[in-house]
Amino acid sequence: MNPTRKRRLTIVLLILAAAAVAIGLTVFALQQNMNYLFTPSQIQAGAANSYKTFRLGGMVKAGSIQRSSDSLKVTFTVIDANGKMPVEYTGILPDLFRDNQSVIAAGHMDSARFIATEVLAKHDETYMPKELKDAMAKAHEGKKVDEAEHAAADMGSR
Amino acid sequence: MANWIPLWLHKLGSPPIFYRFAGVLRPWMLALAVLLGAVALYGGLVLAPPDYQQSDAYRIIFIHVPSAWMSLFIYGVMAVASFIALVWRIKLAEVVAMESAPIGAAFTFITLVTGSLWGKPMWGTWWTWDARLTSELVLLFLYLGVIGLYHSFEDRRQGARAAAFLAIIGIINVPIVHFSVNWWNTLHQGSTVRILGPSKMSGDMLWPLLTMMAATKFYYLASLFSRVRVDLLAMESGKDWVRQIAEREGRQ
Repeated sequence: MNPTRKRRLTIVLLILAAAAVAIGLTVFALQQNMNYLFTPSQIQAGAANSYKTFRLGGMVKAGSIQRSSDSLKVTFTVIDANGKMPVEYTGILPDLFRDNQSVIAAGHMDSARFIATEVLAKHDETYMPKELKDAMAKAHEGKKVDEAEHAAADMGSR
Repeated sequence: MANWIPLWLHKLGSPPIFYRFAGVLRPWMLALAVLLGAVALYGGLVLAPPDYQQSDAYRIIFIHVPSAWMSLFIYGVMAVASFIALVWRIKLAEVVAMESAPIGAAFTFITLVTGSLWGKPMWGTWWTWDARLTSELVLLFLYLGVIGLYHSFEDRRQGARAAAFLAIIGIINVPIVHFSVNWWNTLHQGSTVRILGPSKMSGDMLWPLLTMMAATKFYYLASLFSRVRVDLLAMESGKDWVRQIAEREGRQ
C-alpha cells in the first residue's frame, strides 16, 4: 500500500474510532434515561420516584379488568414477577388489550394508584397460527401466569 | 494495487467494464425480484395462516421486516463503498455509495410508514419515541444527510468524498438500530428471525418472509445497477468509451 493511501486509511479509521467512542459513551450515559418504562417492582423499589410522569410496563393481571358501566373508565392491575400496580384509565384501549397481555401505560402516580393517560399494548416477537398456540398452551397450562401471580401475592403479604 | 486482489475484481472496478457487466445482469436481477416478490406476497397474504394474537393484521410484516432489513443492509453497503472511496479513491466505489443512498432512504421510509400503520391497531399509537423507532428515524436522517451533502457541492467527486465521510460515521447507528430492542426496554418487540438459533415464527409464515427478503435484495441490485450505469455515463461523458456508446446508440 502506498504512503498516501496508508495515511488516508489511518485518518479515516482514527476518526471512525473516535466517533464510535464518543457515541458509545453518550449512549452509555443516557442508558438510564433511555429506558422506556418502569416495571411495578421497580416502582415499588422507588426507581421512578424522581419522575413526575413515566411509563409503567407489565402484564395485565387475569380477571383484574373492571370497566365502568356509564363511562370509558377502566381499572386493572399490572403485574410483573415481583410486583403489582393498580391502574386507572379513561379512554379507548387498543385491540390487543386483554388479560395476560403486556401493556405499557403512560401517566403519573396518585398515592398508590397509577393514573394512565395513554395505554399501549405490547406484543412479543412470536408469530404462529392459532391451532399451534392452543396446542402449546395446553401443554403449558399457563404456567408463567401462575408463577407471576404467586410472586405478586407473596409481595403483597410481606 | 495490491496483487492479492483478483484481477477480475480489479477489472470490474473500471467504469466501462462495470457498465457492461451491470447492463447484462440488471434484467435478470429485476426478473428475479419481481418473481420472488410475487411468490412471497402470495405466500404471505394468501397461504400463510392468521397469527394467534394479531390474526390478519400481522401480514404487513411481509413488507415491514424485509424493508427494515434492507434499510440496514444498504447502509452497510454504502458505508463499505464509502470507505473504499475515501481511502483508495476508486470512482466506482463513490458512485455505488452515492447511488445506494436514495434506495436505502426509500426502504427506510417504507419501514417507518408500514411500522406506523401496524402500530396504530396493535400497540394503539402511530408513533412513540422508543429506542428502536427513534434510531430508525435517525437512520432516515443519515440517508437524507448523505444525499443532501453529496448534492451541495459543485464538484461531484468532492461532494461524494464529503458525503462518504458522513456515511462512514453514520455506520455506528446501524448496530444501535439492530440491538436497540435488546439494550433497552422498548415498545417494539425483539427480533423474530435469528441467524443463530431457531426463529420465533412458524415455518409457513417464515418462508414468505425470507423469500421477500431475497426479492428485496435483487430489487436493490437491479435498481443500483441502473442508477450506477446512468451515473457512470454522466461522470465519464468526455471519455472514449462513452462516446462510442453514444455513437452506437445514435445509429440505431
